[in-house]
Amino acid sequence: METVQNQVEVKQAWVREDLVIVPMQAESATDAIAQLGARLQAGGFVKDSWTQAAIEREKTFATGLPTPEIGVAIPHADVEHVLQQAIAVGVLEEAVEFGEMGSPDSTVPVRIVCALAVARSELLVKLLQQLVEMFQSPEILKQIAEARSPANIVRIFDHHIQIEEEVEG
Amino acid sequence: MNGEKRVLVACGTSIATATVVAEKVKEIAKEAGISVRVAQCKAAEVRGRIETFNPHVIVATTPVPKDLGIPVFNGVPFLSGVGMDELKAQILEALGKA
Repeated sequence: METVQNQVEVKQAWVREDLVIVPMQAESATDAIAQLGARLQAGGFVKDSWTQAAIEREKTFATGLPTPEIGVAIPHADVEHVLQQAIAVGVLEEAVEFGEMGSPDSTVPVRIVCALAVARSELLVKLLQQLVEMFQSPEILKQIAEARSPANIVRIFDHHIQIEEEVEG
Repeated sequence: MNGEKRVLVACGTSIATATVVAEKVKEIAKEAGISVRVAQCKAAEVRGRIETFNPHVIVATTPVPKDLGIPVFNGVPFLSGVGMDELKAQILEALGKA
């Protein structure tokens, strides 16, 4: 492996098959975050501390989004727990309740959990802008929820998330 | 600038959702012909920023205190897409009154 540092624009692959759990069974939001955190950790994308940090953060700043028809959550931990950017995706057979972002007394039944590992906040902003566009489409959410293999999920995310990052060497 | 409205956008810790929401607020204000200045902060910084920035309206993606004396809107519809049109209308109305 060699590290390449140059000025070209890098197209990021955000989701890999080993970061996808489909179908996923989880007992709770915490369980779902832990399962996806384990994948991120196994892939070398996050530090050991990520899962606990994401679970704790979720309690204070819930990430469930009441998206059209199919609920989505975007649990994440602060940047210092991240080694390399990635998204782990879990598609739940049966929804689990996540706290609703912005409304501490409400929960959202979530079927699509996207655990975000992003090491820089500017990049998280770009990623979030594209994710939000995706999540506002009931059609795309349906495609994700009905996907039967990790390869399908990877294809959907690759198609919709294209961040050209200018790497400053 | 005369008539410029100030909007403070607050989110959890990473500033990411605030940035996404701030872009949307700028977009709808521009469409409505309202001149706005938008600042972003973390939820914990809201009180301090009220003193320094003196916003007319606050849009938050995370709970902020309710006794701020400034209209506060939940900005999550900009992220979920659900209820976005109503939220846009409410924010524009509040900016119009401010």
